[in-house]
Amino acid sequence: MSDNTIIRFENVTKSYDAETTVLKNINLELERGKFYTLLGPSGCGKTTILRLIAGFMQPTSGSIYFNGKLINNVPANERQVNTVFQDYALFPHLNVFENVAFGLRIKKLGKKVIEQKVIEALKFVNLVGYEKREIAEMSGGQRQRVAIARAIVNDPEIILLDEPLSALDLKLRSEMQYELRELQQRLGKTFIFVTHDQEEALAMSDEIFVLNEGEIEQSGTPMDIYDEPINRYVADFIGESNIVSGTMVADFRVKIGDKEFECVDQGLNPNEKVDIVIRPEDLEITAVDKGKMKVKVDTQLFRGVHYELSTYDDEGNEWLVHSTKKADVGASIGLDFDPEAIHVMRLNETEEEFDKRLESYGEDAYAN
Amino acid sequence: MQTKTTKAFYLIPYYVWIVLFVVAPIALIAYYSFFDLSGNFTLDNYQNFFTSVYLKLTLSSFWYAFLITFFTLLIAYPTAYLLTKTRHKQLWLLLIIIPSWINLLLKTYAFIGIFGLYGPVNAFLNVFGLEETQILFTDFSFVFVSVYIFIPFMILPIFNSLDKLNPSLMDASRDLGASSWTTFSKVILPLTINGVKAGIQAVFIPSLSLFMITRLIAGNKVITLGTAIEQQFLVTQNWGMGSTIAVFLIIFMVIIMIITGQRDKGAYANGKNK
Ligand SMILES: Nc1ncnc2c1ncn2[C@@H]1O[C@H](COP(=O)(O)OP(=O)(O)OP(=O)(O)O)[C@@H](O)[C@H]1O
Ligand SMILES: [Mg+2]
Repeated sequence: MSDNTIIRFENVTKSYDAETTVLKNINLELERGKFYTLLGPSGCGKTTILRLIAGFMQPTSGSIYFNGKLINNVPANERQVNTVFQDYALFPHLNVFENVAFGLRIKKLGKKVIEQKVIEALKFVNLVGYEKREIAEMSGGQRQRVAIARAIVNDPEIILLDEPLSALDLKLRSEMQYELRELQQRLGKTFIFVTHDQEEALAMSDEIFVLNEGEIEQSGTPMDIYDEPINRYVADFIGESNIVSGTMVADFRVKIGDKEFECVDQGLNPNEKVDIVIRPEDLEITAVDKGKMKVKVDTQLFRGVHYELSTYDDEGNEWLVHSTKKADVGASIGLDFDPEAIHVMRLNETEEEFDKRLESYGEDAYAN
Repeated sequence: MQTKTTKAFYLIPYYVWIVLFVVAPIALIAYYSFFDLSGNFTLDNYQNFFTSVYLKLTLSSFWYAFLITFFTLLIAYPTAYLLTKTRHKQLWLLLIIIPSWINLLLKTYAFIGIFGLYGPVNAFLNVFGLEETQILFTDFSFVFVSVYIFIPFMILPIFNSLDKLNPSLMDASRDLGASSWTTFSKVILPLTINGVKAGIQAVFIPSLSLFMITRLIAGNKVITLGTAIEQQFLVTQNWGMGSTIAVFLIIFMVIIMIITGQRDKGAYANGKNK
């Protein structure tokens, strides 16, 4: 544990009732001043983790440390943590100004200070001029921004954000993504951000935790997780991917169907069964005789930035291709890719084993 | 298709009802209040009302109604709060509501038995070596029985408003540093104040005009506007004065209804809707 650790979970489990365990043995360590994202599908336990950090409930077993101190029994109002709630939880009997000022009033700050801080927070969320509005008169997106202002105005050590941008339109959303990230870096506070939008997670985070049914599947920087997903689940969740079964023939040789390809993975058992990921954008369209693989174009969608092609090889595996070049539906084309584009995932590998294996490859394989 | 005339047609029973059972009785009371014992038109009744006897009566009525409402609220709010936290809250609520379906008179008589000289309360006090004391016909027994009878009417509206409260608002308040007490005074109470007002209305107004419980439990110890009206009509046969008191009672009720009236902020006011 480094000095910079602000939150630490040690074997934390949580169950609401006897039958189901919502969080299963969570271990994590969060450093001060970083932007963390909890990423996972609905019901995987993201909000539950936030509620444990905020102090709305206690873990069923295990310990939570804040700045090295056990805080299992510290009540929510004594924690240096503020939350942007998934359902906003704005006070309907108070107007926008009073909602944002709520925490400041409890700290008994002076009138002038409160006013100045509230306006500053509202400025950040682009809601200056809305001070006197009732919450009922605000749109969903505006409410969400009031909730953000209400949390940041208290200047806590940690800010928990439970899907704070989900109700915003695309433009405002990416604007707020930038601004939140910028604010986090300016304040140097720890942000723990929940989303089930993988693009948002990739764009904003220093580190991502991918959750699945109450367990951490993988944690790492956005690059790590995107480039080296630990398993099928993470690969599938973190972005559109082609995931197929294959066999590791030898070091640097992997077999998909009956074709062998060069790859950069080593240290696996000969003839070990593996899952293989190739990202759609790593596949390049070429002439049939030049490609490493021959596929037939089934459908083609225009996605704005690129075309999305759904293609099938002779064995019936589907290959999604993102390409700026157009192809003809029904035509046969060749697909080309680099050895680095092939990501080999062992079946049932733990995160520890996975990290060790990646390290053993040495840096040179990833120099590009 | 519904035309204006058919709509008006459906409203006829409603209007008939209102005229027969609301407007007419009030008009009659107002009418009678202008006559004296021998049937002559007079304003004396109104003048009489402002003499010390009736003003004292009014004051005492308000005082008892206040006591009853105060203790009912004191018991009902925490009870309603605990109810919302229980697992089978609808069942518990039903158990609390059921006694209010039992006839008022029956319950009152039951208390005469309980509080009587040879009732269980005195028997219990005897165990501790205390003399048998007269509990009936005291202010205490009157307020006690009234509170008992009114509690369900206070719990119900408060329970409803508490139950509608979005629990994450409590979390948000705690999250922003509020203690349990501050959370109660700044979030829970303001958001359930409509339930409290409705409860106060449902208790205070009827307690102003109580007379049966007053008679049976408090004997002649407590005289309120309700007992005064009863006395004027049934004992003194002075319908004019009785009606005058009733007119004032109605005026007081209207004032209380206006004071405790709901500031309607729509469905959002309870916080559960997003
Ligand atoms: N108060 C509760 N009582 C019982 N079960 C609960 C309670 N709160 C949450 N759960 C269960 O715990 C699991 C995790 O819930 P949680 O709210 O943490 O999910 P989430 O990852 O935040 O999902 P979403 O993305 O939909 O918000 C779910 O299966 C949910 O049904
Ligand atoms: Mg959630």
